[in-house]
Amino acid sequence: MTVPTRAPDRLSSPISAGVGESAVRPDGTLKVTGEFAYSSDLWMDGMLWGATLRSPHAYARIVHLDTTRALAATGVFAVLTHEDVPGRNAYGLEHKDQPVLASDVVRYQGEPVAIVAADHPQTARRAVALIDVEYDLLDPVVDPSTALDEATPRLHPDGNLVRHVRIRKGNDAVQADVVVTADYEVGMQDQAFLGPESGLAVPAEDGSVDLFVATQWLHVDRGQIAPALGLDEDQVRITLSGVGGAFGAREDLSMQVHACMLALRTRRPVKVVYSREESFFGHVHRHPARMHYEHGADRDGRLVYVKAEIILDGGAYASSTPAVVANAATLGSGPYAVDNVTIDSYGVYTNNPPCGAMRGFGAVQAAFGYESQMDRLAEAVGIDPVEIRVRNGLAEGGTTAAGQVIDSAAPVAELVRWVHDLPMPPPSSGDLRSMPGGVSNSTHGEGVVRGVGYGVGIKNICFSEGFDDYSTARVRLELVAGEPVASVHTSAVEVGQGLVTLLAQIARTELGVQQVTIEPADTSVGSAGSTSASRQTYVTGGAVQAVCQQVRKRLLERRPGYVGSPGDMPLRELLVDGPVEETVEWRHRPTTPLDPETGQGSPHVQLAFAAHRAVVDVDTELGLVKVVALDCAQDVGRAMNPQAVVGQIHGGSAQGLGLAVMEEIQVVDGLLRNPSFTDYLIPTILDMPPMQVEVLELADPHAPYGLRGVGEPPTISSTPAIVAAIRAATGLELTRIPVRPEHLTGT
Amino acid sequence: MRVKLRINGEDRVADDVWPGESLLYVLRERLGLPGAKNACEQGECGSCTVYLDSLPVCSCLVAAGQAEDRDVVTVEGLAAGDALDPVQQAFVDAGAVQCGFCTPGLIVSVHDLLERDPAPSDADVREALAGNLCRCTGYEMILGAVRLAAERRVGG
Ligand code: FES
Ligand code: FES
Repeated sequence: MTVPTRAPDRLSSPISAGVGESAVRPDGTLKVTGEFAYSSDLWMDGMLWGATLRSPHAYARIVHLDTTRALAATGVFAVLTHEDVPGRNAYGLEHKDQPVLASDVVRYQGEPVAIVAADHPQTARRAVALIDVEYDLLDPVVDPSTALDEATPRLHPDGNLVRHVRIRKGNDAVQADVVVTADYEVGMQDQAFLGPESGLAVPAEDGSVDLFVATQWLHVDRGQIAPALGLDEDQVRITLSGVGGAFGAREDLSMQVHACMLALRTRRPVKVVYSREESFFGHVHRHPARMHYEHGADRDGRLVYVKAEIILDGGAYASSTPAVVANAATLGSGPYAVDNVTIDSYGVYTNNPPCGAMRGFGAVQAAFGYESQMDRLAEAVGIDPVEIRVRNGLAEGGTTAAGQVIDSAAPVAELVRWVHDLPMPPPSSGDLRSMPGGVSNSTHGEGVVRGVGYGVGIKNICFSEGFDDYSTARVRLELVAGEPVASVHTSAVEVGQGLVTLLAQIARTELGVQQVTIEPADTSVGSAGSTSASRQTYVTGGAVQAVCQQVRKRLLERRPGYVGSPGDMPLRELLVDGPVEETVEWRHRPTTPLDPETGQGSPHVQLAFAAHRAVVDVDTELGLVKVVALDCAQDVGRAMNPQAVVGQIHGGSAQGLGLAVMEEIQVVDGLLRNPSFTDYLIPTILDMPPMQVEVLELADPHAPYGLRGVGEPPTISSTPAIVAAIRAATGLELTRIPVRPEHLTGT
Repeated sequence: MRVKLRINGEDRVADDVWPGESLLYVLRERLGLPGAKNACEQGECGSCTVYLDSLPVCSCLVAAGQAEDRDVVTVEGLAAGDALDPVQQAFVDAGAVQCGFCTPGLIVSVHDLLERDPAPSDADVREALAGNLCRCTGYEMILGAVRLAAERRVGG
């Protein structure tokens, strides 16, 4: 294979510490010197640039498509349409309902219609503008609440329902003394990773292709790319390039098939890099949700029942909507003990942008609903928000909405108490920079009110509902220049979370070696599963631990009777006879599907919990919010790398803050209004408060090292905590997120 | 057109540059220096920050022609051989790097801040870095890295 310049590196710096310590990232130096090879940095002699023509309409029939003018332009090497898709023109994570290139109909604004390869990115973009398409406009379906009505046009052959999950736990006719009811709405959030969708496809002589790309699951990409190209899976080789953040947005394919098609057609390497604007159209978003919640409790605020209807707008294609719907349902009553739960969770097709995975995945939307409800309930029974959560919090031995018995720590009450007991921030200093509005000088404290709020969340870790969730790890231990070196090869994707550090730490701990090389992730080793669902440390970490133990066993067969700890193994001596290499496929314990009628079962491998306390200052005259403090307590089972754990909690909390007060993709009549960082705001360093973080380590006996997935829980609880704090400051109901200034000023 | 400029202390020439190409594009795609990043190419994220005649700029907003005969320093030019600049080392040590896509731009911005103000307060740091987006870290460890770098620069 021809390898591009700036191909992914082997990471071979010595690993500074083992499991449980804050080892330094092996890719850290490359990243601070600018040498780390991200997918948008790939370069190869003679490469072409790809560009994509996208539908400007939310719903339309393509009546005419003509590429003649584009093809005639100087510097253009190929212009391809649906007619050129070599294999099956359909892909998708759960349903193959999405075309590689639209043929007769476009179902969302931004849907790819044609692709171009040219010798300069600007030439490619200009050629895209020369493609003639005539559309016949159709009335877009944009309201998820009416998507299932008989009168609504069907966007897909089986209708507009992607999935309906029903939870029927206990008795749905039970009555309660105190009842609180409300409707909630969650806007569409974007993952907004910084590294744009990008990659390089390199055609091989024999008609196969190598793809270098930033993604979240190499093998599932390949399983979709190969059939679309009409190739066997082994004719598509994928190597992970540097990933500039993911957060779910790279679970679905973006440019992968397009780049491969152009490369195979032109016989030249083809690089595709989305612009920021194109990125907003090029990946799925977090599902907007409309939720109706009814909570019944006794006079002490103990939950008697929870009822909810949750509608998630999946947009034009299914993506991972089915799993998001299940999460919203099975986690829909939150981290609380309640015997009677009735939930209907729906995912529907519309002509809005497709929605799929984003950090928190269904649990985020539900949490805004149930946490808002808990505060209402607290008020109705006259107790405070901490007490209502302590009284109802799940604990080990309790059951979830799905009837699953929790068989490891579920310290909900403790987490809430922890954040409650953390020191409060000082009162406002009067420094303009600490005011809502900051140096725009909009207030010196007039009209500013402080509020405090709490939120707790629950998240499933790993893939659920009986999915065969595994990871493959290969470890080779050998002497290099007389020194024992372990090399770890998996296809698990590092997105920034620090997986490469952890895998090296595990090898160091299990094998007692200081030199650990992390090989680039690629499809020459078995699947590692997805970097999502906070699962990679658990599953690939588990696989690396298992394979290291296997290597150790092999090694010890060379010295029967050895009874020391792994750290003391005489590695040099044992390795003189040659290297040891083992490959292991490791699975977590099985889960069960949901009962289709009742939604009951044991769908989840592990549940994780985090709690936040937010303190806000609100300028009630202008509707500006300053989050003054955002403190978190989370149980991580075992802090495999404490610094990385806290980093995940900080970053997750920040994304939750974004959803609470600023981040929303504005969609009007199916059209996106703000596809840029000018108009889609994510938190800056000025928006983020200092964060105190308490990390609990209550080992899960079923998990490797007792660890519990870390990445998602903090994203779930920070949003409701902030909104609760704004409510406490203003007395407003605030049933929609993100909270905008006009919600606060009533203008 | 041809653009001549000095990058990281070396005279460099880029040929066949289109008038519309940015300094960022020329660095990344014509001169083999992809350290400066391309997260938005609209001046909103700071990932492309480089020094232009000692002032930090968003290189995506500078037309390549504007850099003619000027001095550019990119993240690739900050380390002295194998020894990382204290700002770079502090980012690694303090856990300020996750995906790292924001990192090159932040490192140049922090380098500039500490040149101007060796002991900035947290509020000053926040003000100075408000133009550098990071989606991964929530900025806490970036603040920690700035404090650490400031300490080490003074100390050593
Ligand atoms: S790439 Fe230049 S500011 Fe974002
Ligand atoms: S570390 Fe990923 S954007 Fe900052």
